[in-house]
Amino acid sequence: MIKIKAKDVDVFYGKKQALYNISLDIEENQVTALIGPSGCGKSTFLRCLNRMNDVIDICNVKGEILINDFNINDKSCDVVRLREKIGMVFQKPNPFPKTLYENVSYGPTIHGMAQSKQEMDEIVETSLKKAALWEEVKDRLHEPGTGLSGGQQQRLCIARAISVRPEVILMDEPCSALDPIATAQIEELIDELKKEHTIIIVTHSMAQAARVSQNTGFFHLGHLIEHGPTDKIFKNPDNTKTQDYITGRFG
Amino acid sequence: MNKNKEQLLNKRYRAERRFRLYGQSAIFMALLFLTIFIFKIFSTGYTAFQKTWLIVPVNFDAEMMMIDQNPSKEDLQDADYYDIALKSMADLDQNANDDQKNQLKRMVSYFFEKEIKNEILNDPSLIGKTKEVYLTASDDLDQVFKGNYPRDLPEDQRRVSDYQLKIFDHLVAKGKVESKFNISFFTYADSREAELAGIASSFMGSIFSILVCLMIAFPVAVLAAIYLEEFAPKNRFTDFIEVNINNLAAVPSIVFGLLGLGVLLAIFHLPRSTPLVGGITLSLMTLPTIIIAARASLKAVPPSIREAALAMGASRMQTTMHHTVPLSMPGTLSGTIIGLAQALGETAPLILIGMVAFVNTIPGSPMDPAASLPVQIYIWAESAERGFVEKVSACIMVLLGFLIIMNLFAQIIRHKFEKKWS
Repeated sequence: MIKIKAKDVDVFYGKKQALYNISLDIEENQVTALIGPSGCGKSTFLRCLNRMNDVIDICNVKGEILINDFNINDKSCDVVRLREKIGMVFQKPNPFPKTLYENVSYGPTIHGMAQSKQEMDEIVETSLKKAALWEEVKDRLHEPGTGLSGGQQQRLCIARAISVRPEVILMDEPCSALDPIATAQIEELIDELKKEHTIIIVTHSMAQAARVSQNTGFFHLGHLIEHGPTDKIFKNPDNTKTQDYITGRFG
Repeated sequence: MNKNKEQLLNKRYRAERRFRLYGQSAIFMALLFLTIFIFKIFSTGYTAFQKTWLIVPVNFDAEMMMIDQNPSKEDLQDADYYDIALKSMADLDQNANDDQKNQLKRMVSYFFEKEIKNEILNDPSLIGKTKEVYLTASDDLDQVFKGNYPRDLPEDQRRVSDYQLKIFDHLVAKGKVESKFNISFFTYADSREAELAGIASSFMGSIFSILVCLMIAFPVAVLAAIYLEEFAPKNRFTDFIEVNINNLAAVPSIVFGLLGLGVLLAIFHLPRSTPLVGGITLSLMTLPTIIIAARASLKAVPPSIREAALAMGASRMQTTMHHTVPLSMPGTLSGTIIGLAQALGETAPLILIGMVAFVNTIPGSPMDPAASLPVQIYIWAESAERGFVEKVSACIMVLLGFLIIMNLFAQIIRHKFEKKWS
């Protein structure tokens, strides 16, 4: 089933065009990887999906992005509601400089998702469990989140993102600042999370894309060159540029 | 070729050594000036914390005080102390003629009557008895006792007569002159008489001004900074505002004084010489300093925190109030304290709005006339009497102490709260 449907998306930074005519369908409860060389626009596209580009004054997005058949670029779309449904995990772990508990409970608090302390405790516990962090931190929930290791911090950010039960989770190179063991943990986690969430992950590592994703889109210089099932993109791409990138000839 | 290379290398090392020497001598010079400055202030000022007292026997004669033997409290309050005060001073020299009696009277401050009165109010049983009472010495004798007075000047160029000196030396020899810690320097308001002048009025005036300044400047500046940094669109108009805030920080303080004079006093008719007007004027001056500090510390909050909050579905307002502003507070607060410290040392604008007036009462609210510490320094520095010289330095010490404490406080805030989440 199609969860997100992007139609002819153009993005401009001032006068400079960053994305050209992107049309891409994203399957529900699957992992879609976006790959491509630096500066190709894959992160920009990802940030279109929860309208994080709004923060950048000079950024201008054109075209339609339908999530559950609703155009999020429409004026009637409320970004606060949108971002409640579309969570995001960033490249560098960015926990709030507050306690672990406050980090995870922040989303549910501002969206009024818990009526009582017990409910909130439950949300925090399940979120941390789903992020495979509970066992490591259950005794120090009230210590600062910034005291964790890099990999733990990133899982904390994932716990924070899933605490509001988003339908979609966007991940912008979530493992680029982590060591191989932490990366492996996050990848396992992604595999687990796709049962309940639709995941879109931007990654520099083709091996990672091949390991975690079912679908892959290849971006180059602002164009979506090719997209399809990961197997096909990696084993038998239609486009020579894709072939060249995947075999390491550029990028 | 190789030799050339070695020469070049040696040259570079020499250049580095030279540069280090320049730096070290610059620091040495700075430290030297600072030491001289502080030494000078301390060496002239420390004596102001001591006050000279003459110990004079006073006969509390009921008849002279025009009261009966068992007076009520009211009687004691209204009694006449001038005569016994005069008599006690005159009795220091049994053979004094009228002119000499007058000179004897001027050896103590004009508070002597009050000092004698306080003595009996504390202990009414003294009536009819004689007791040695501590009387504040006149500022000139105070200076003589402290060794700051040139005794070898010809008599007609001195404010202390030979006769007074003779009696004084006699008292010193008998051990009837004592030096004690000068409490009145901190509890009395300003006075024309150096021995009775204190900093209570100007100290309170400074505190009230700073409080008014803080209450106006802090909220306005922080709101302005938050709006400009987090909400305002970046366009030519906001750029223009930013440039002008920076310009405002560089405007000479006396211009703000003129503004206070022209607007607050002339148009709004606020009470002249009050910490209220002083505080408002100073707040105009402090405003840009706090805005700049607050914006800098808002800018220093990593954008990743804002993105994290926004991506969680927090509104812009929530992102700002829950995350950005609390994280920027240590920087903002220490900037605020630095700004206030600047305002505390400001003299020129306060002179223009009339806080230079002679105030011999201690203000109870920002609406009462008052001086401020730096203005007090200015007033005393202008005074001719010798007794004020040490007072100027002492007042500078108090002001510097105040500033050091404020800066220390700013440092502590910065360190304590920034460490917490590092």
